[in-house]
Amino acid sequence: MLAMGVIEILFFLFSAVMVAAATMVITVRNPVYAALFLVLTFFSAAALWMLLEAEFLAIILVLVYVGAVMVLFLFVVMMLDINLTPLKEGFTRYLPVGLLVALAMLAELVLVLWSRGKLGPEDYPLPTPREQGYSNTQAVGEWLYTNYLWPFEIAGIVLLVAIVVAIMLTLRKRPESKHQNPAQQVKVRRSERVRLVKMPAEGGE
Amino acid sequence: MLETVWNAVAAILAFPPVAVALFMVALMVTVAIYTLMERKVIGFMQVRMGPNWISFFGLPFLRGVAQPFADVIKLLVKEVILPTNANRYLFMIAPLLAIVPALSAWAVVPFAENWVFANVNAGLLYVLALTSMGVYGIIVAGWASNSKYAFLGAMRSAAQVVSYEIAMGFALIGVMILAGSLNLQEIVLAQQGNIFDWYWFPLLPLFVVYLISGVAETNRAPFDVAEGESEIVAGFHVEYSGAAFAVFFLAEYANMILIAALTTVMFVGGWLSPFAGLPGVGDSLLGKPHIGWFLVKMVFFMFLFLWFRATFPRYRYDQIMRLGWKVFIPITIVWVMVTAVMMLGGLVQRGV
Repeated sequence: MLAMGVIEILFFLFSAVMVAAATMVITVRNPVYAALFLVLTFFSAAALWMLLEAEFLAIILVLVYVGAVMVLFLFVVMMLDINLTPLKEGFTRYLPVGLLVALAMLAELVLVLWSRGKLGPEDYPLPTPREQGYSNTQAVGEWLYTNYLWPFEIAGIVLLVAIVVAIMLTLRKRPESKHQNPAQQVKVRRSERVRLVKMPAEGGE
Repeated sequence: MLETVWNAVAAILAFPPVAVALFMVALMVTVAIYTLMERKVIGFMQVRMGPNWISFFGLPFLRGVAQPFADVIKLLVKEVILPTNANRYLFMIAPLLAIVPALSAWAVVPFAENWVFANVNAGLLYVLALTSMGVYGIIVAGWASNSKYAFLGAMRSAAQVVSYEIAMGFALIGVMILAGSLNLQEIVLAQQGNIFDWYWFPLLPLFVVYLISGVAETNRAPFDVAEGESEIVAGFHVEYSGAAFAVFFLAEYANMILIAALTTVMFVGGWLSPFAGLPGVGDSLLGKPHIGWFLVKMVFFMFLFLWFRATFPRYRYDQIMRLGWKVFIPITIVWVMVTAVMMLGGLVQRGV
């Protein structure tokens, strides 16, 4: 177990990186940079979870968001040819509205915390380290498959429906595309493609 | 006297920075030998010699052996060219993004019982997360190069890696069900017994899917459309030269060796002996579990990579996508269910 001081230093280091990267995501001009900074944000968040001994959540965050979702994000963003000036024009125009929404959200958060009397730093003590042999993976699994079985299964079904719908929305028959059916290609026999014809040679006897 | 010296040496070797540094050197040397093996093996399969000229100190029986070292020196002394209008920072960071996951995934691979850098609980997830990160090097390289060919290679690679990752993950779920653990060492220990207790046998379809997905995930032939030299020159690393190219090269080979090691650990019993418990050999060195078996199995899978490259023509892009989504993913889903039923029916025992 690391000394508590080291963990605090790491916490502030990763938090600083995370906040800085998240700020860069919305301020940087180039969308590809923004996506890469978002990757860094996710990574720092995963590191913070790791410090909280939630290794399952941390690794799943990297696996799902960094390894799959952000790759597809980059895939799309890199193919865009965005003209950057119109993006900048909108920024000042929508800034007041954006600030208003942000302030409203902040007020709501503070109100909820204030109503429970949890505003001071003494209400948020350092987490006590888990005992030796604690497995976050096992703990998450046990909770998901016992107490939260129904919500978990229903969430799974909802996601499945979302997948099917997403495929349905984009699936359309395009008669002009030269679609190949590999099964039929493999099944082809020589006799269907080649016909040997016996012909008398020209000028022969 | 000898024992104290040996103990001191062992203590130094067990000191983490020393151990990691030694392992890195060993891995680099393995990559060097692997590139030579690749050229020699494919050469022999195509009835030609392969590299047969450069040797150490002109020794005639070492002809060709020094080829990878000559290659490394050549690459290191060459200039790293930065293309016009390339994105300077990302262009330079991309090789690092490729190599770091390829090296850091080794931290959890157990070479023999307790011979592992980090014996973590979620080792399998860690490996999965890191192997899926290697694609960033390729995508960023393709985009930052400001070249059409590189960009096409990067796009192909991104789509391919994301597709095959799913099949790979599902194949590993079968292993998780049988082993009841995410710890790679416990997965190996759960396979204890004879050769049919290793997971390749009850999980044969998943084993095949994992191996092929591993080839696709490392962008190796016949799935090497990301490089596809006949269509897009050299794909994502077409603009890289010198040391930067060498790093990509190193990452590719380190990834291949990693996939070989992971297949060994998860499906063919890691360091366990195939002759365990057989009368006669069971007690000799052949029947004992040790790192030798791990290396033998790993080298076999490394050889398969070369064999594939020498024998199969490159897949067409739509065929790759079809194989990943329409063949592998259904197979793995079905076999995960079959595995669960087999275990409930008592046909196979949970390992731990």
